[in-house]
Amino acid sequence: MSTDEPPTSADNVDAPAAESEDEIDAEELRALRERVEVLEASLAESDAGDDEKKLTIVATQGTFDMAYPPLILASTAAAFGWEVVVFHTFWGLDILHEEKSKELKLSAVGNPNMPVPNALAALPGMDTVATRMMQRRIDDNGTATIEELIDLSIESGVDLQACQMTIELMDYDEEDFYDGVTTGVGAATALNHMADSDVQLLV
Amino acid sequence: MSSDHRITETLDVKGQSCPMPIVKTKQAIDDLEAGDVLEVVATDSGSMSDVRGWADGTAGVELLEQVEDDDLYTHYVKKTEE
Repeated sequence: MSTDEPPTSADNVDAPAAESEDEIDAEELRALRERVEVLEASLAESDAGDDEKKLTIVATQGTFDMAYPPLILASTAAAFGWEVVVFHTFWGLDILHEEKSKELKLSAVGNPNMPVPNALAALPGMDTVATRMMQRRIDDNGTATIEELIDLSIESGVDLQACQMTIELMDYDEEDFYDGVTTGVGAATALNHMADSDVQLLV
Repeated sequence: MSSDHRITETLDVKGQSCPMPIVKTKQAIDDLEAGDVLEVVATDSGSMSDVRGWADGTAGVELLEQVEDDDLYTHYVKKTEE
């Protein structure tokens, strides 16, 4: 507006010039109104398409405690109606491995919340003891088992993916995983899902 | 725990903890029809915040009321659209 000001004093004297300027403004206004309408329509359209949120989690850990957060978040997000992908890689594969998922262990070493010092926690069998303690707490608390959460997730449409490269690296077989687990996927697939997602998490 | 809502169905998630009350509520709502009211009875205190959060973030449901009584948390969720 400030750039328009200096010439206006001169234009104001010349009435026809001011009039033609008004006409252009009215046309411009019409054009702008039309443009706003088009933009509003396209915005409403993209808003409507964006109603469904998407979550992608990359699960890399295969300890008993670290198996829970991705499964809890995935099944809850599915309950919200979100599209959910959990990409399991490295030790995260054990969560989807039918046999190994039932034997996931809690590490007693390096866990400052353990009631025993690291020197004792490193003794053979301590991981089993720690896992049993945690398992008992989970049962007492009415917390779902890992298997239940996997079943629920698959049932509610969560795409549980097992990274192909690490399946081979760990010497697993595609048959080792729960029914409904997606195999034959890699980093590029995971990245595409992450780029598409509203929420991305690495666990 | 008395309520004026016309309950279509009751879901008992007593003794179950996060995320089960939400996941089961979602499944139960899916099986209902528009206008139906689901009563969810839970012992998980976190369900007070979670059911509210879920209902707020989910299209087609409305949280009518939440009642806290002793260690029971009862939620009334209406399905507003299919």
